Amino acid sequence: MDINLTINGQPVSVKAGSTILEAAEKLDIRIPTLCHLKMDCFHVDHRSASCRVCVVEVKGRPNLAPACSTPVAEGMEVKTNSLRAINARRTMLDLLLSDHPKDCLICPKNLHCQLQSLAQELGLHQLLFKGEQSTYNRDLSSNAIARDLDKCIMCRRCETACNTIQTVGVLSAVGRGFQAVVAPAGLKPLAETECVFCGQCVQACPVGALSEIDCKYPVWRALNDPTKTVVVQTAPAVRVAIGECFGMEPGSISTGKLVHALQMLGFDKVFDTDWAADLTIMEETTELIERIKKNEKLPILTSCCPGWVKFLEHQFPDLIYMPSSAKSPQQMFGAIAKSYYAQKIGVEPKDMVVVSVMPCLSKKYEASREEFSHDGVRDVDIVISTRELADMIREAGIRFDQLEDRPYDSPLGESTGAAVIFGATGGVLEAALRTAADWITGEDVKAIDFEAVRGLEGIKEATVKVGDLELRAAVCSGLGNARKLLERIRRGEAHYHAIEIMACPGGCLNGGGQPYHGGDETILAKRLEALYRADRDLPIRKSHENPSIQKIYEEFLGEPGSHAAHKLLHTTYTPRKN
Amino acid sequence: MRIDTTRTLRDLAGEIASRPHPPVKISVSMGTCGIAAGTGPVLEALRTAVAERHLENAVEISEVGCMGLCYAEPVLMVSSNDGSHRLIYGDVTPQQIPAILDAGVDSIAPGTRTIERNWYYPEWETPAPGELQARIVLRNTGRLCPENLEEYLASDGYAALGKVLDTMTPQEVIDLITASGLRGRGGGGFPTGKKWQFAAARQSDEKFIICNADEGDPGAFMDRAVLEGDPHAVLEAMAIGGYAIGAHTGVIYIRAEYPLAVKRLEIAIEQAHERGLLGKNIFNSGFDFDIQIKFGAGAFVCGEETALIHSIEGKRGEPTVKPPFPADKGLWEKPTVVNNVETYACIAAIVRKGAEWFRSIGTEGSPGTKVFALAGKVAKVGLAEVPMGTTLRTIIYEIGDGIRNNRQFKAVQTGGPSGGCITAANLDLPIDYEALKKIGSMMGSGGMIVMDEDDCMVNIAKFFLEFTLDESCGKCTPCRIGNRRMYEMLDDITSGRGTPETIEKLKMLSATIKDTALCGLGQTAPNPVLSTLANFEEEYMAHVRDSRCPAGVCSKLIRYEITDRCVGCGICLRHCPVHCISGERKMRHLIDQERCIKCGVCFQSCRFHAVEKR
Amino acid sequence: MSCQCSGGCGAAGDSEKFAELDRFITELLSRGEPPERRRGNLIQILHRAQHIFGYLPEEVQKFVAERLDLPRAEIYGVISFYSYFTDQPVGRYKINVCTGTACFVKGAPKVLDEFKRQLNIREGESTPDGKFFLGALRCVGACSLAPVVMVNERVYGNMTADKVAGILAECTD
Repeated sequence: MDINLTINGQPVSVKAGSTILEAAEKLDIRIPTLCHLKMDCFHVDHRSASCRVCVVEVKGRPNLAPACSTPVAEGMEVKTNSLRAINARRTMLDLLLSDHPKDCLICPKNLHCQLQSLAQELGLHQLLFKGEQSTYNRDLSSNAIARDLDKCIMCRRCETACNTIQTVGVLSAVGRGFQAVVAPAGLKPLAETECVFCGQCVQACPVGALSEIDCKYPVWRALNDPTKTVVVQTAPAVRVAIGECFGMEPGSISTGKLVHALQMLGFDKVFDTDWAADLTIMEETTELIERIKKNEKLPILTSCCPGWVKFLEHQFPDLIYMPSSAKSPQQMFGAIAKSYYAQKIGVEPKDMVVVSVMPCLSKKYEASREEFSHDGVRDVDIVISTRELADMIREAGIRFDQLEDRPYDSPLGESTGAAVIFGATGGVLEAALRTAADWITGEDVKAIDFEAVRGLEGIKEATVKVGDLELRAAVCSGLGNARKLLERIRRGEAHYHAIEIMACPGGCLNGGGQPYHGGDETILAKRLEALYRADRDLPIRKSHENPSIQKIYEEFLGEPGSHAAHKLLHTTYTPRKN
Repeated sequence: MRIDTTRTLRDLAGEIASRPHPPVKISVSMGTCGIAAGTGPVLEALRTAVAERHLENAVEISEVGCMGLCYAEPVLMVSSNDGSHRLIYGDVTPQQIPAILDAGVDSIAPGTRTIERNWYYPEWETPAPGELQARIVLRNTGRLCPENLEEYLASDGYAALGKVLDTMTPQEVIDLITASGLRGRGGGGFPTGKKWQFAAARQSDEKFIICNADEGDPGAFMDRAVLEGDPHAVLEAMAIGGYAIGAHTGVIYIRAEYPLAVKRLEIAIEQAHERGLLGKNIFNSGFDFDIQIKFGAGAFVCGEETALIHSIEGKRGEPTVKPPFPADKGLWEKPTVVNNVETYACIAAIVRKGAEWFRSIGTEGSPGTKVFALAGKVAKVGLAEVPMGTTLRTIIYEIGDGIRNNRQFKAVQTGGPSGGCITAANLDLPIDYEALKKIGSMMGSGGMIVMDEDDCMVNIAKFFLEFTLDESCGKCTPCRIGNRRMYEMLDDITSGRGTPETIEKLKMLSATIKDTALCGLGQTAPNPVLSTLANFEEEYMAHVRDSRCPAGVCSKLIRYEITDRCVGCGICLRHCPVHCISGERKMRHLIDQERCIKCGVCFQSCRFHAVEKR
Repeated sequence: MSCQCSGGCGAAGDSEKFAELDRFITELLSRGEPPERRRGNLIQILHRAQHIFGYLPEEVQKFVAERLDLPRAEIYGVISFYSYFTDQPVGRYKINVCTGTACFVKGAPKVLDEFKRQLNIREGESTPDGKFFLGALRCVGACSLAPVVMVNERVYGNMTADKVAGILAECTD
């Protein structure tokens, strides 16, 4: 049933249950919001109605109404632009700013801050109120996520991201009144919690209270150290998002520009995590087929995503045997770079610096896990996010959008369409299915577009006929969805052969280190489309057909799943009691 | 024995009433404030004396709840069994007990203080002309032993529930409550019948009825008095409400700071269960009803119904936006009704005596009575239940006996931190929900704090705001930050840092907070500021314009000076904690204003009134 | 029963306390509520836990979180919300000055200030020797005796700053 109302005198009719905000959107009337976060593609509807920035006048109501959470009613007369509403909105902003540091110029969210843009939008040039400001110690304890609670505006979006969407449950509103803030239990530093560093809180935070731990400087230092050979790897999802930082249309594929820019920054070699993704498929698919043959430890769970792995270690320690023992592409790349490749070019591992550019903040944590270093030399030395790389490119004065395309260096730069879709939820499973189908049937299977596992939906299921086998697979993104699925498995209600799990809703394209989308889900859809476009356009679309991969097995690793492969490319997991 | 029909109930009540009783009954007020004031030893002395004199058959001792005479605690009432004689003693000491026993009901014991009786029971007696109080809510409080179900049964207890289950449909119950005009006594005054109707109209496999006993308003304690003094009245009413809306579970959400009330509720629930007055198939009607007790943990905002529900669910007690209203989605997302203790305490009386009777008391728009907790600078502190429409003058000057120490009345704050102050100009206004709202205050839960000329209204506003600050949940911007800024501005004014601009900003911010805050706590937080500004703007201006606190309260704005009345005795000099007074013996002394901390010790210690406060 | 916490609380007294808390929780949870409603017992459990342990240390929070299957952050969020709960040990003598309106207008702030001065602690703190805790309460409902101070369960009415030293002197172990 439709409801008729007027907003600023203009009639509009919307579905019953819609909010004033939604009705206003239909009329292209903008009502500023701050705490509100709605992403239908992930079933996120965070309306705490706490910032009160979206208040509007409703005829007959004694006080102002928050547009984000007030349902429309028949005959309602709404005014969004009355002096009363505008003044109230400005006062809310004024109050928020009275308890907010004004160091915007040097804030990590400078120009990406929604509080800042609201102040601009409302033309706030003078503050009426001042008084005590909250002060907390900055939390730089983890090597992934930085927390600066002085900037917290209590929108609680991070809480929704952490608790409702991801069900990690590390964050909660703490204290009350002026002292209220969002923090872990006991106001502990993040490093001492079960945080998996997925960074969805960082994506959700409209201000500078949550950001990544900045690793740009160590990269600059390495690049300027003549004794170091600095190689870089770029994750699949980076190429379809980094262009946004330079005004390019979301969904632009800027692989060639990315390589060019990295070369200009001075990296000795620019390689691709996609290459390691193909390697991952070789190992993981081998393991999958083996487990299916032996009918043991099923389903196999993917292990590419460090946020998901840490989640499993904390929350499902009893299922710790399930994930594939294959390392993630980032760590496989590091291990190979510092062995195979280092040997090849005659560089000592300690003189090689491996830098990763990742859409992810958890990768920063992953690289620091103890098992991924040998004799004090880490496989991956420094991890920077897509955003940090964009900053470096800008800092170096490079006009990214104007760059000519250049190809990756050899040999760790060649990759396939199967690898690039690792950046989207469902991509790893699809890549594995392509290889498994060929290996199990011994044929060159042509039908390789597994549409059922594509798209942003949180849990997807597919049954794929591979030879005689009915392979039951599931894909899951967002840890809340993962929890649901794992609980079903634990109870014996779900039976699959293989499950792909990514911590971030939508997969790496929506990682915590990606350019801020500010809740705009169309951006994510475009990144997703771009990844599959990149896949389609690549000449080779199956990991096992990557010649450079075939070569490394011939030269160095032997067979997939061999002893040498296991030594370099596989890992173990640790149950972590909270 | 299970009471399974209304007939059994009637017979039992009659049997209890006709049992032989000792001719004299002595009731001892055993509410929290009575116990704090020392009724324990008095009761002990009474028991010992009765035992020593072997008066067990002549005197019945009953521990009752609060009689509302807080100013005179410990209080005891000596009455004859036939009700013809009644004597109330106040400020009783254990030493007075023998004399009180000697005097009996016919004479007043020498050396004691008696209290004139100024209340009556409307359901049993015809009020004498000119009676000030009317007891509906407190009909049993201070009269019956709250731990004795039989006393309650003998006073028509559970007869209303029986009547409802035997003879009325749920809709008839709602219609009756609607017709009575009963409005929520917790603050806003929303019509109770309407609230029940909303919840009754919802289709749901499960519904809840909640009693809000999280009385958090500083200076209001009538709910506690009812829970401690008449717990069965609340249980009975909740069962009636449950039947009306279709709920089978009631939850009492009570402050953890009320251990005695909790204990008496637990006892009452158990007794009701034993008799089948709660539980399965009550009065063989097929209606099942159970009650659980849930504790608060110190959060004023949990008086707000959505916050209260979250607290019962084990969450932070933060309010959420309405709609959805609890009647749609309340506890565990099920249709829920939340009423406060005082509201429930009216229900059984309305069912027994009818809507007409209830409407005959009080005003057209606000029928019935209201309990006020009279406190502050009033001579007789206590609980008073008066018909709606009674004037403040009657409550303060007749029931409360005027201002203590013959000081001048300045204002009275109603509605607690959400309300406002009322000045002498409105003392003769008949008060009900609308009247209070019109003059910038509100009924609230019924706290009534009287202030005299020694109270600084800016400081009072600051006090209330500090309370709101402490109790704000911190969720929405206007309450979390706005009230903090308001407080800081008031602090500026009381510390001599304010300017006329501060007052302007204060007005502006008050209006915006009222307009934007998420819940009632935030929306009403500026009320004390707005109402003191409206009534005492000159006092504010004196602070900012002349750096002067007219009431002499704001220590940063006062000076102590030694006048020529000083004889140089040196007492002030010796008492001054910071040694800022100098002077030779027998010479006029001098206060070093730079070092003075304005503690006022010199002022208090001077025997010659030579120290002046300016 | 031995202590179930992974923290360092090895004391035998503690394991008995945990056992007591465990029994209490087990009893509450055995009433057959649906799992999603079990959290409705949280406040009750925290009250009992604080009664048993005197305060709510991290190990206790962890224990409750595990028993109710709730994130620890949420437990802490609840504890820090309600003024009744504390995660810090409190002094043996809990001095609470009522600062309800009636007590306020009759001089409670001066009494509170005097306690602060003599104990040299702020409101909400305990003395370093663990003897005294000083707090402020909102209305204990004894307005007729205002201003009121409570020391543990005992109520002192008609307080003045002069009486503070005497009350402190009465507190002997």
